[in-house]
Amino acid sequence: MCIGSALFILLTRNLMYAAFALFVALLGVAALYVLAGADFLAVTQLMIYVGGILVLLIFGIMLTQTPERQEATASNRVEVLSGRRFWGFLASVAVFCLLLFTLLGSRFRLGGDTLTSRSTLRTLGVELMTSHLLPFEIAGVLLLVALIGAAYLALNRNPSA
Amino acid sequence: MSTIPLIHFLIVAAALFSIGLAVAITKRNVIGILIGLELMLNAVNLNLVAFSRHDPTFLRGQLFALFVIVVAAAEVTVALGIVLRVYGHYQTIDPDQVSDLKK
Repeated sequence: MCIGSALFILLTRNLMYAAFALFVALLGVAALYVLAGADFLAVTQLMIYVGGILVLLIFGIMLTQTPERQEATASNRVEVLSGRRFWGFLASVAVFCLLLFTLLGSRFRLGGDTLTSRSTLRTLGVELMTSHLLPFEIAGVLLLVALIGAAYLALNRNPSA
Repeated sequence: MSTIPLIHFLIVAAALFSIGLAVAITKRNVIGILIGLELMLNAVNLNLVAFSRHDPTFLRGQLFALFVIVVAAAEVTVALGIVLRVYGHYQTIDPDQVSDLKK
């Protein structure tokens, strides 16, 4: 499901359909998180990606929709587009083959037992507040800076326009 | 409960990363490129979580994935702010047509 919706993002031309397909892909990734035993991370994925980032993307799509998107393009433009599409596909297939060969040729020496079925919430909280306190604070400051910066960027500094 | 082997997670993540790369290259729209970036970040997070299942005492992979999600949220916010400014200035968000630094 995840891969299928991601392919649909790649193949569709309508940006709104791409956003909804991204919704399905993010839900699939959240389901895979649950299967990998990361319940807290799955909930975080749902809240931040599906609830926040996707809404922002859809707002961006709706605010920057150009009404005249008809066939006002020349024919050479289509050639340029198909060339870029070809190289994009080629690069992605090459990367996928490289990763696949690397993965199938590698033997991971996994020490330690696998995760049992208990919740990961306690471990995450304790780790976040003890040995990972500095990255936690830096992430908070980063979010504050991003908030102020985005508000400043989106501010309309030219009221006549 | 039968657990999924690690290699299946890694293959799915590799496919997701490749599709995200293709989306980011072939879209002629800044928001399409952002969607491709989100797909790639999700693929990396999937790898981190899949490896973190074998580290049950510290869960460092899940912590790293959590920070990646936070940084991705900040990045999308700032990028959409920039996209709105660019659209107000050029009336388009095709990165091929935004070629002037100052008009």
